[in-house]
Amino acid sequence: METVSIIEKLKENFTSDIVDITVKNDKRVIISISKDSIVNVADYLFRKEGFRFIIASALQSKRGFEIYYHFSNDTSGLVLNIHVILDSEIPRIESLSNMFNASNWIEREMHELYGINFLNHPNQEKLISEGNWAEGVYPMRKEFKK
Amino acid sequence: MGKKTLIPIGPYHPLQEEPELFKLYCDGEIVKDVKWETGYNHRGIEKLSESKTYEQIFFLVERICGICSSSHPFAFANAVEEIAEIKITTRTKYIRTIIGELERLHSHLLWVGLAGHFLGYNTVFMWAWKYREPVLDLFEMISGNRNSYAMFKVGGVRRDIEENKIQAIQKVLDDVRKKIDLLTGAVMDDPVIHARTRGVGILTKQDIIDYGAVGPTARASGVPIDVRKDDPYAAYPLVDWKIITAEEGDVFAKAKVRLLEMYESISIIEQCLAGLKKEKEGDISVKVKEIPEGVGFGRAEAPRGEVFHFVQSDGSNSPVRHKIRAPSYVNIATFKKSCIGQSIADATISLAAVDPCYCCTERLAAAYDLNSQERIMNANELINNSVNRTKEIKESTRRTI
Repeated sequence: METVSIIEKLKENFTSDIVDITVKNDKRVIISISKDSIVNVADYLFRKEGFRFIIASALQSKRGFEIYYHFSNDTSGLVLNIHVILDSEIPRIESLSNMFNASNWIEREMHELYGINFLNHPNQEKLISEGNWAEGVYPMRKEFKK
Repeated sequence: MGKKTLIPIGPYHPLQEEPELFKLYCDGEIVKDVKWETGYNHRGIEKLSESKTYEQIFFLVERICGICSSSHPFAFANAVEEIAEIKITTRTKYIRTIIGELERLHSHLLWVGLAGHFLGYNTVFMWAWKYREPVLDLFEMISGNRNSYAMFKVGGVRRDIEENKIQAIQKVLDDVRKKIDLLTGAVMDDPVIHARTRGVGILTKQDIIDYGAVGPTARASGVPIDVRKDDPYAAYPLVDWKIITAEEGDVFAKAKVRLLEMYESISIIEQCLAGLKKEKEGDISVKVKEIPEGVGFGRAEAPRGEVFHFVQSDGSNSPVRHKIRAPSYVNIATFKKSCIGQSIADATISLAAVDPCYCCTERLAAAYDLNSQERIMNANELINNSVNRTKEIKESTRRTI
């Protein structure tokens, strides 16, 4: 029930930003949005609806770089996944770390492993491989045949 | 502001068995700022996972953590079963829950011991670890291993818990409950522990929400989140238990939450054991054909908090992306809040209070004679030694019934 209502609210507030909605079941929903609206959507979920930021998962596919931002509603058990697709040449997206500290480390990690640039991140230094890994080489990147 | 002094904790330090460097910037005794360096032990498990099959990944994720070595397989199983829409049997649910809760029991005992050790109160350390041993022996009886139990697989568990084992488990639980009574009484009433932990390393509700902290760290600050209740999996919806919370947010509150949670764990295990008796023996797995294309989000409540696994499958026999988030990843970051403004002596216990994940699998290491340099044991002898010990434990549990 709460799942339906949160989807309706998001549809209402972010009509032009939402690209696709996949409802896997009552507790797992994936919402694809345009990358420019991530801060607004995250702000709405975190401040208005009281969602908790679990973590973000970056991955690389033929479509470019993708990020799933996993949010949790701890009263209903809903895991709401905000999905964005980034440019494959110059991947960048606005940082969420000015809103909550929970995303600080994972954004640094994604920057380090995938080379995704988080704009306005308070401190986008290396997290894992400080001083022992070459600059501009990203260990989790893949190459696809064109 | 006077001159700041740098006090390093780590990369190798008695406080932490795993390497991680915390730099405390202090003005006199007071910590003013903290910076850290991580990644000394980065093992590339997420990348490695992409090259293994689903069956093999269970053994891989089990080795992420030496203490909570069933939490990661638990969350991974939840994720994969979500992709393939597998319904596991009730007996499997009970067995998985028993393993998860036994693990919480031994992990919390381990933490209480370590916390005592960091406070310089080694009696608590000796007690807690002594009481933890029978729980590890139970694991050896059930799975053959004290740690890294290898119990989980897609659609089921690898080993059953038979009738005679149920009685042996019950006997240990009765003993452990009495010991926890003793320990709880000793810790809760001790004026030295009060003096060292009350009002130390306070995390407010707002800090928890800001850092996204989970598990006992969050619950001790009055944030009642627990995946077992919020997003129930395995047998947790079938048993009756309650979430333990405290309001103070200091180290003492975290200790209280962990101590009281152990009673809940024992109660959950007892209900699961009762449930097992009603289910048919041997009904511990379902047939899995293949993992279809799709994404799965698996969660499990580890002793330290929520474990999260994101798995993306392309229909082949290994995932294309496997993201793992351990609870310490978000909990350790709260150290910045809890240690600034404290004295250096309190900073250590503030860090230990979130129970950062230590590896506890060093068990038998001596293999050379120092004088003659001769090998005392070779690999096969070590394995035989382990197998014989397991047999002994099984024999002794049979005798006690």
